[in-house]
Amino acid sequence: MLKLSGLTVTYGSFAAIEDVTIDVAEGELVVLLGSNGAGKSSTFRAISGLEKPSAGGITFDGKNIAGQSPERIVKSGVVQCAEDRKLFPQMTVHENLIMGAYVHRKKKKEIRQALENVHALFPMLQEKKDHAAGSLSGGQQQMLAIGRALMSRPKLLLLDEPSIGLAPLIVEQMFEVIHQINQEGTTVLLAEQNANAALKIADRGYVFESGSIVVQGTSEELFTNDAVRKAYIGA
Amino acid sequence: MAALLRKRVFIIGLIGLAVLFPLIIQNEYFLHVLTLAFIWMIAVYGLNLLAGYTGYLSLAHAGFFAIGAYALGLLTVKAGMNYWIALVLACLITSGIGFLVGLVALRTREHFFAIYTLCVGYIIYLVIDKWDSLTGGVRGLIGIPAPANIGPVSFENPLSQYYFILAFLLLTILVMYRIVHSLTGRTFMAIRNSEELAQTLGISTMKNKLLVFVLSTFFAGLAGALYASFIRFIGPDIGYITIIFDLLTYLLVGGIGTLAGPVVGTFLVVWVSQSLQFLQDYRMLIFGPLLTLLIIFYPRGIVGAFYEWKMKRTGKKRRQARPDRRKPEPTYAATQTSSEKKVKEG
Ligand SMILES: Nc1ncnc2c1ncn2[C@@H]1O[C@H](COP(=O)(O)OP(=O)(O)OP(=O)(O)O)[C@@H](O)[C@H]1O
Ligand SMILES: [Mg+2]
Repeated sequence: MLKLSGLTVTYGSFAAIEDVTIDVAEGELVVLLGSNGAGKSSTFRAISGLEKPSAGGITFDGKNIAGQSPERIVKSGVVQCAEDRKLFPQMTVHENLIMGAYVHRKKKKEIRQALENVHALFPMLQEKKDHAAGSLSGGQQQMLAIGRALMSRPKLLLLDEPSIGLAPLIVEQMFEVIHQINQEGTTVLLAEQNANAALKIADRGYVFESGSIVVQGTSEELFTNDAVRKAYIGA
Repeated sequence: MAALLRKRVFIIGLIGLAVLFPLIIQNEYFLHVLTLAFIWMIAVYGLNLLAGYTGYLSLAHAGFFAIGAYALGLLTVKAGMNYWIALVLACLITSGIGFLVGLVALRTREHFFAIYTLCVGYIIYLVIDKWDSLTGGVRGLIGIPAPANIGPVSFENPLSQYYFILAFLLLTILVMYRIVHSLTGRTFMAIRNSEELAQTLGISTMKNKLLVFVLSTFFAGLAGALYASFIRFIGPDIGYITIIFDLLTYLLVGGIGTLAGPVVGTFLVVWVSQSLQFLQDYRMLIFGPLLTLLIIFYPRGIVGAFYEWKMKRTGKKRRQARPDRRKPEPTYAATQTSSEKKVKEG
């Protein structure tokens, strides 16, 4: 479904990622592991069109999307939930969700459907629908950010470190929800540093180190890989 | 609900006051000043949509105001066109030029955008000033007709001009209200918030920025055209830099990014500067520091300050109403963001 082949992203003369090849099949939940600055976000930014790759290709559903505008890419079914969980803090929870369905703005029925799905996934968002998004707690904001991304009814959801800065209990819930989203049919590409939790729900994973992929394999393989255990699981 | 009703009553009261004003205070001079203020308000609304709601501070708007004024002047005086057609064309010409300017200007951001548009504004002024054969240069353009009669209604006297322009102001406010509360308006605010975030939701930021720029220049052009047929004489100085700083002052005092700001700010500044007229240019010695203080303490102007005060008061009342229940106090961040939201809608 999503194919990155030899992807390179540079900022000025500095290559944030180099020659990255990733394959995500429909229905999969794939995780990108890597410590700070490894290049996970840069990969996501290239996929979602915020950064033009300087080499390599990106195809989605067989069509080339490398270098296309972000709105074209969202329309074709790829949506990113960025790591700093940016919201529109002055807008209400409900308004934030509606903004998420921007690409379907003319289809009232689809929006209502998407809203129902999101509310079923995060009942909290329905309770707080008239609250200003900026007044939510960190975990709630993350749920809103994910909910908003889902409002565009993506085929592929890119989640950039959704567990960052959350309490352990919330992290667990978060991963459960991500698993559920995947089970309900959305392909998920997840960037994480929390390898332990991420590998539990993922099918496969790639490990980034300073801009390149050093290990890849199924979750079980990565879980038992000594280098991975040492670096990310701490055992 | 009660608050909504009170708001409605208040707005209708204000409109009533504006309608009755000339009948109560029969003073031609006041009428003239107020009519002029209405025209500025329309221009400030245009600026507000762009600078306040979308976050792009344009300093070219005096230029667009002048384009609207000159378009109407030239079309009626030199081309002998019907007033109403000329009025529509003047707005369209202004927003057409706005479109072209926007295509380039909107590739820049923040202070670069401000500087770029400042230059554009100045160029427009220079073109008007130097293109003698078309605009009459420094001599200006005289003999611009008042709005043509609609049936038996004539717009020759100050009173009917007052109502004529008030009607356009009310229409402008209505349109602004509709825009701000629509998805399009929220799209503009999303762009103000973060263009990158807006893009990742599938919003075409360039298209929407162009739209708001064109809309904004449309209202600047409308204000200019109304000015031309109200004063009946225009010179290049209406496109000069000082005008944009006046408009900006009105907007900042009233409250940038608020719906009531343009009316409040323009009215207040015009009124105060009328009453301080005996001080001549020394007025600026008072205005300058006052404006600085206002921006430091109330960046969202008077309207913003009002909503902040109201938020605090209702918060206090709610806490007093149920002293027994140990409700956690709203955190600072929470009250602040919700007051910001109120400001946005105010
Ligand atoms: N806008 C930028 N300009 C220059 N360099 C950048 C920019 N963004 C990221 N980088 C660099 O690119 C490299 C990869 O960054 P990236 O944000 O992709 O890492 P990451 O894996 O997402 O890290 P984290 O886990 O901290 O989010 C880093 O060395 C970073 O310093
Ligand atoms: Mg990152």
